[in-house]
Amino acid sequence: MIEAKNVNFYYHTFHALKDINMQIEDNSVTALIGPSGCGKSTFLRLFNRMNDEIDGAKLTGECLINNENIYHKSVQVDLLRKNVGMVFQKPNPFPKSILENVAYGLRVNGINNKQLIEEKVKESLTAAALWNEVKDKLHKSAFELSGGQQQRLCIARALAVSPSILLMDEPASALDPISTAKIEELIFELKQRYTIIIVTHNMQQAARVSDKTGFFMYGELVEHSETKKMFLAPDKTETQNYITGRFG
Amino acid sequence: MIISKKTKEQIAFAIFRILGIITLGVLIWILGFICFNGISVMSWDFIFSYPEEGMTSGGIFPAIVGTLYLVLGSIIIAFPLGVMSAIYTVEYAKNNWVTKLIRIMTNNLASIPSIVFGLFGMTLFVNTLAFGDSIIAGSLTLSLLILPVVIRTTEEALKAVPNTYRTGSMALGANKIQTIKRIILPTAFPNIITGLVLSIGRVSGETAPILFTVVAYFLPKLPSSIFDQVMALPYHLYVLATSGTDIEKSRPVAYGTALVLIIIVLLMNTVAGVIKNQFQKNKK
Repeated sequence: MIEAKNVNFYYHTFHALKDINMQIEDNSVTALIGPSGCGKSTFLRLFNRMNDEIDGAKLTGECLINNENIYHKSVQVDLLRKNVGMVFQKPNPFPKSILENVAYGLRVNGINNKQLIEEKVKESLTAAALWNEVKDKLHKSAFELSGGQQQRLCIARALAVSPSILLMDEPASALDPISTAKIEELIFELKQRYTIIIVTHNMQQAARVSDKTGFFMYGELVEHSETKKMFLAPDKTETQNYITGRFG
Repeated sequence: MIISKKTKEQIAFAIFRILGIITLGVLIWILGFICFNGISVMSWDFIFSYPEEGMTSGGIFPAIVGTLYLVLGSIIIAFPLGVMSAIYTVEYAKNNWVTKLIRIMTNNLASIPSIVFGLFGMTLFVNTLAFGDSIIAGSLTLSLLILPVVIRTTEEALKAVPNTYRTGSMALGANKIQTIKRIILPTAFPNIITGLVLSIGRVSGETAPILFTVVAYFLPKLPSSIFDQVMALPYHLYVLATSGTDIEKSRPVAYGTALVLIIIVLLMNTVAGVIKNQFQKNKK
């Protein structure tokens, strides 16, 4: 289970997240929606500590994964990131071969056994629904793939290090509708084995893929409930306004 | 008279084209002039034998060897140092006033006249550290001269690596060193090579920094250690052109020396270019 307890986050003096409390169950898909700059991506990046790299970032409160505070001094960030994979907005394959892209996470985590790597690569590419398209050109550059394929490659890359959680930051916003549909199908498949948090600007996408939805505005978590309920009968008027397009 | 937009464009491009051709023309003229005048003395003998008869005939072998040693020596010193400095300022250092100061100083260093480096090298390496006039003193001085070039080009090369590679790598549990070693440096490498090429050209051509730190007017033998003096092509050329025993008689040798110098620089640039292309081909 993922949990945020009284989370406040600042960039220098800017109060980006205000007193967030949220619980996310295992093997579920949670969509985070809200207008640009509302803090949803910042919130997402708390869970693999990608905000650590930013100058002037400050966090109070607790972020827990399986009841362990991931900001505790004893937590090794590299191991945390191995457990919490991330897929970015723009496909960002490395300038390496398809195989080496997927193998990268394994290699930096000290795995160099060729056979093991090949098995893992096949398994991850299969899980990301890309294996059949690339199995004959594993040694070709990742840049030869289409945008949608590149994004699935990035998903495979994240899966290769066996995470239990996947963070997705608008994973389909740079893709065409067909590639988007494939990614959404994939998210549905991956839910069986992973806990997924997905930031999206696309309301229909949130409605299609997620079990629960959190609506952020001005750094606050306005509403967090079952996706169905959120889209049919939201509790708050702000949510209603945003979903129906009267705001944002 | 009204000139149409299209005519204006055509006039502008015509001017650009003429200026471009003039630049190219000057370059070809210089190269042609040196080739034309230097080709007469060119032979394997010229390259592989020692100067004779007060340097009015014979070859320039010691000067070629000396220049190669100096290029090699200064690159070995400046390249790792410069690349590591650039990695520090781009990848590690916070963007505060210290970093800015380092950057400003690096730029200033690049604009200091080379004779100043020569004097500095003489004071520090030749006298204070007591290396004497030697390959090591000359290489160190030259390396100071090219350090800012290496740092600047490496910095630009690193900055050109998309940030998404860094975040992507970190998100997979790689630490900074792993990210730099496995992703950033290989990606930036072809552009870093550009800095190397510029440095090689600079080092092979400089006279002032080696004047007081390493070169000899004439040496009858090759150096046997890094604490020996050497002859060098640019200085040899300078000597032949200004203070030889018989300037008129040694003029063809001078042109030959210039030609060899240009060929060496072009050869080294070509090798660097091949390495660069090879690397890019593997990546793409």
